[in-house]
Amino acid sequence: MTSFLTGWGRTAPTPARLARPGSAEQVAELLRRAPERGVAARGLGRSYGDAAQNAGGLVVDCTGLTSWSLDETTGLVTAAAGVSLHDLMAALVPRGWFVPVTPGTRHVTVGGAVAADVHGKNHHVDSSFGAHLRSLTLVTADGESRTLTPGDELFWATVGGMGLTGIITEAVFRCVPIETSRIRVDVERTRDLDHTLETMTATDDRYRYTVAWIDLLARGGRMGRSVLTRGDHAAREDLPRGADPLAFSPRSLLAAPRWAPDGLLNPVTVRAFNEAWYLKSRPGSLVQGLAPFFHPLDFVDGWNRVYGPRGFVQYQFVVPFGQEATLRRIVSRLSAEGVVSFLTVLKRFGPGTPGMLSFPLPGWTLALDIPAGQRGLAGLLRAFDERVAEAGGRVYLAKDSRMSAETMAAMYPRLAEWRKVRDGADPGGVFRTDLARRLRL
Amino acid sequence: MRNALGSVDTVLLLGGRSEIGLAIVERLVRDGVRRVVLAARDAAGGVPPVIGAAEVHLLDFDAARPETHGEVIEAAVKLVGDLDVVIPAFGVLGSQAAYDADPVAAAGAVAVNYGGHVSVGLHAARRLREQGHGTLVVLSSVAGIRVRRANFVYGSAKAGLDGFAQGLGDALHGSGAHVMVVRPGFVIGRMTEGMSPAPLSSTPGQVADAVIDGLRSGAEIVWVPGLLRAMFAVMRVLPRAVWRRMPR
Repeated sequence: MTSFLTGWGRTAPTPARLARPGSAEQVAELLRRAPERGVAARGLGRSYGDAAQNAGGLVVDCTGLTSWSLDETTGLVTAAAGVSLHDLMAALVPRGWFVPVTPGTRHVTVGGAVAADVHGKNHHVDSSFGAHLRSLTLVTADGESRTLTPGDELFWATVGGMGLTGIITEAVFRCVPIETSRIRVDVERTRDLDHTLETMTATDDRYRYTVAWIDLLARGGRMGRSVLTRGDHAAREDLPRGADPLAFSPRSLLAAPRWAPDGLLNPVTVRAFNEAWYLKSRPGSLVQGLAPFFHPLDFVDGWNRVYGPRGFVQYQFVVPFGQEATLRRIVSRLSAEGVVSFLTVLKRFGPGTPGMLSFPLPGWTLALDIPAGQRGLAGLLRAFDERVAEAGGRVYLAKDSRMSAETMAAMYPRLAEWRKVRDGADPGGVFRTDLARRLRL
Repeated sequence: MRNALGSVDTVLLLGGRSEIGLAIVERLVRDGVRRVVLAARDAAGGVPPVIGAAEVHLLDFDAARPETHGEVIEAAVKLVGDLDVVIPAFGVLGSQAAYDADPVAAAGAVAVNYGGHVSVGLHAARRLREQGHGTLVVLSSVAGIRVRRANFVYGSAKAGLDGFAQGLGDALHGSGAHVMVVRPGFVIGRMTEGMSPAPLSSTPGQVADAVIDGLRSGAEIVWVPGLLRAMFAVMRVLPRAVWRRMPR
């Protein structure tokens, strides 16, 4: 079956033949008959750009690989690549376990989480998904299934390797024990960017989970004003008596309309939203469920449609500590240009993993969504790319949909090393995605 | 690959010295194209420089030898990978009087202006279909929308080309590949040197600007200037007796 596929940003669709294997053996079988245009793996399609597309080729939908098990004594989970974090959480949380890392949505697969080496609000303490992996099973281009551990080069080429070393079929990782399904949250508002950075630097280490939401449309003295939310897993005594401590039944509350016009998100609507959000976020402490704390957007099914038919671009970069000047310049430029981004998020990263193409490094990361139709966007983001690369930072591949091959190479100094390992595992270039073509990986 | 903001990475220009073709390439490079292939007759004999591209490759190409066209497309793919934009921009104008006097020359011009484009277009389309993306830019002309007494050899070739391009676009529908038909009026440039410009004429740069806009918006047909579209809606239905008396 040929389908046009896009990432979550709904830009640049390309056609591919889709196959949905039900077992690792079927994956291997597909690879033995790989077409000329190559094979790409896909999960739930939450990468924003073209990481899980393969124009004219084969796309292997891994969501049919769904078996998993938990060792209740060690907290080790063995999960097939297609299991979503949503399904895992729904089963694990009532049994007193939580995933080691969750991105801003539960609707990602384990395979995708490994391939993008995803991070969450606990990165400054717990690093990214790859840091919690015990082993991986990878079906390589020759159709062989290989079990990899952190001692293997190919393991670290695969963690963060965007699915280009083979098809991940299984991962083993350690979960964290929790007493309750709630988070004890402290909310604080900051006046401006400097205040935001200072407060985060001073207080981040007291919490396992932290993030700042920045109002990018605030200008002048209020530029960079933020709402900080920091939290820890709540203990049983934090809950009212009689509450079921491990109750967890997240679901989406509403669906975005099937169609939204271009320009629904414009400076006026987003400014109003930001203002309301900032005012609503009263400083203080509260106890919140896991879902509203970690995945507020999951309450709206298909929220990506709100950006209209032209879709949107997500831009996420990191600059090392000490390069705050670059962060400041980018934020002030975004603010001055009136770039329409709602839910812009700032986060402090801790140490990264040895993943050769992994995104996180110790520093500041900023993530924003921008409608693809915004005028002058290409030039603006190109200028940011240069600044970020000069500062020794990089742009997140799972979110990228527009970078050039040259800039990407400048941002990822271990690209050559990664290519060598990849070429060893896939000498014929079987694994190909639109992202890999665009970035000449 | 075309990225989320509509920028592309590679372009193949067939007729590597074409003013319109080079003006399009120049703008594409400004917009983010990094790899350029220029295919021209006697390519080694010198092609204008393309400024700002990371790679510029030259290939020998003869529009009048369709048996070689497949190899040229393949060679371009070997050099830069997937072809994001393919622009066949070769062509000859020639005067109607000269063609009246020399039917062999007329047949030769038609072979280039129509036959050459059919062959290149089919080869390019096969590649674009395989890769599941890419745009073929076909430089038609209003001369082919309603053929005039004053240049009916040239006009009839363009009429054929315009029909071919539309049919090819329909054939590629659903494949991820696209055909964009460009219909300029009189273009002031080397090709029309010594001729006095017709009303609603344009420059190669203006044609190129319109092509860039069209590529960005995914247009199927682009008139340059846009007003020609309305004008030709009328021209097409003028009585033959009036049309025949059109001065040029």
